[in-house]
Amino acid sequence: MDIPKSFLGYKRENGRAGTRNHVIILPVDDISNACAEAVSNNIKGTIALPHSYGRLQFGADLELHFRTMIGTGKNPNVAAVIVIGIEPKWTKRIVDAIAKTGKPVEGFSIEGVGDIDTIAKVSKKAQELSMWASEKQREECPISDLWISVKCGESDTTSGLASNPTVGNLMDKLEPLGVHLCFGETSELTGAENVCAKRGKTKEAQDKFMKTWSSYNDFILKEATNDLSESQPTAGNIAGGLTTIEEKAFGNFQKIGSREFIDVLEPAEEPSKGKGLYFMDTSSAAAECVTLQAAGGFNIHLFPTGQGNIIGNPIEPVIKLTANPLTAKTMSEHIDLDVSKILSREMNLDQAGDELIKATLKVANGRLTCAEALGHKEFVMTKLYRSA
Amino acid sequence: MAKTDIIIHDKKDNVGVIVVEKVNKGQDCGCWIMENDASNNIKSEAEIPLGHKIALQDFKEGDTIIKYGHDIGKVIKSIKKGDHVHVHNVKTKKW
Repeated sequence: MDIPKSFLGYKRENGRAGTRNHVIILPVDDISNACAEAVSNNIKGTIALPHSYGRLQFGADLELHFRTMIGTGKNPNVAAVIVIGIEPKWTKRIVDAIAKTGKPVEGFSIEGVGDIDTIAKVSKKAQELSMWASEKQREECPISDLWISVKCGESDTTSGLASNPTVGNLMDKLEPLGVHLCFGETSELTGAENVCAKRGKTKEAQDKFMKTWSSYNDFILKEATNDLSESQPTAGNIAGGLTTIEEKAFGNFQKIGSREFIDVLEPAEEPSKGKGLYFMDTSSAAAECVTLQAAGGFNIHLFPTGQGNIIGNPIEPVIKLTANPLTAKTMSEHIDLDVSKILSREMNLDQAGDELIKATLKVANGRLTCAEALGHKEFVMTKLYRSA
Repeated sequence: MAKTDIIIHDKKDNVGVIVVEKVNKGQDCGCWIMENDASNNIKSEAEIPLGHKIALQDFKEGDTIIKYGHDIGKVIKSIKKGDHVHVHNVKTKKW
């Protein structure tokens, strides 16, 4: 197949391109959710991103919170941002960092004003931004403007045999065209960690991966009260035939095809070494992982599933594919691409990879994903430890 | 092309994955090895559902299960060729 060299995206002030054109109302903290949701209810064309944290966090955990907030606002799928926090200081830090992209962003704090007057004030600004963003048109953008993240979920053995290798086939075909790619799921590479580390393009990337994996593994072993056999693999994985974390890991790892990664990113860190594949240190929980990848600047997500994970994200469209013929039949409203014909040998991996590229470009051009049509917008902050 | 009931990822693998709704006890199953596009047959000794694994050889306690050409866990209860391989007879070496 001749791979199209462009897609229709929204060009942003900083040179990136979005596959979506959201105006987001971003609460800094849990207690500002009500205000943010009231504004998004008042003003059409805006979306609130409520979450559970942002108070009394400290150290690396607080920095991750800021990185996630700021990265979400900076994502090119976002046209404009309103930030609402209880206090002005943390609100301003987030506003100032997002403003560096050149996109419209404004901050509001609730203390000393109250919800009702804040909602009125913010709604006026939100209306202005929503109407401004609605004028934006899609333009032709090079395919290298796609930043594609991947993560699998509710995996079973069909994931490792077919849907994950389909994603790997897409990576093998699109990486030479200059796209950015990202995989994560640190804990879920357990069992395949040495094989994965060898895919680091440089000794530095390899060492950084092993250090990241070891520190995650040490943490898990320290906190585990049993042998984790009910968490990894999950009950859904086991029902689907996956027996051990090693089996899950080698299946998971098929998603990167034969690519090598150039760097290891902190959770929610934006890549800075140019085009190519990156590994991001993330949890293997779907919503946490995709939220971090979106905050890292990725603008379209590929999600292979076996038993049928239903996740979506508010700003990064999540495309689901499955090779499990039962899931494709029983959960069809969640599946954007059915590649189960690989298992019956009516389709090969090369053909499946081409189908996935076509599906990805359709969504990049504006087609809603199943998760978007069904209203899935899971926005889940990763928390490293408890608050002060 | 014969019907494929079982896919074996790597020719070194000692287990295969059921890719039809299920195989029945005593069924003569068609296997396809992805790595070298070879085919063979195995008799199933149990009813095994879609996505679950079948033993391609006899195993005794302590043996290693190989899939994707790699070690994916240890045998904790002996397994006969053609039997269902899962959490009741295989465990991770990690946790």
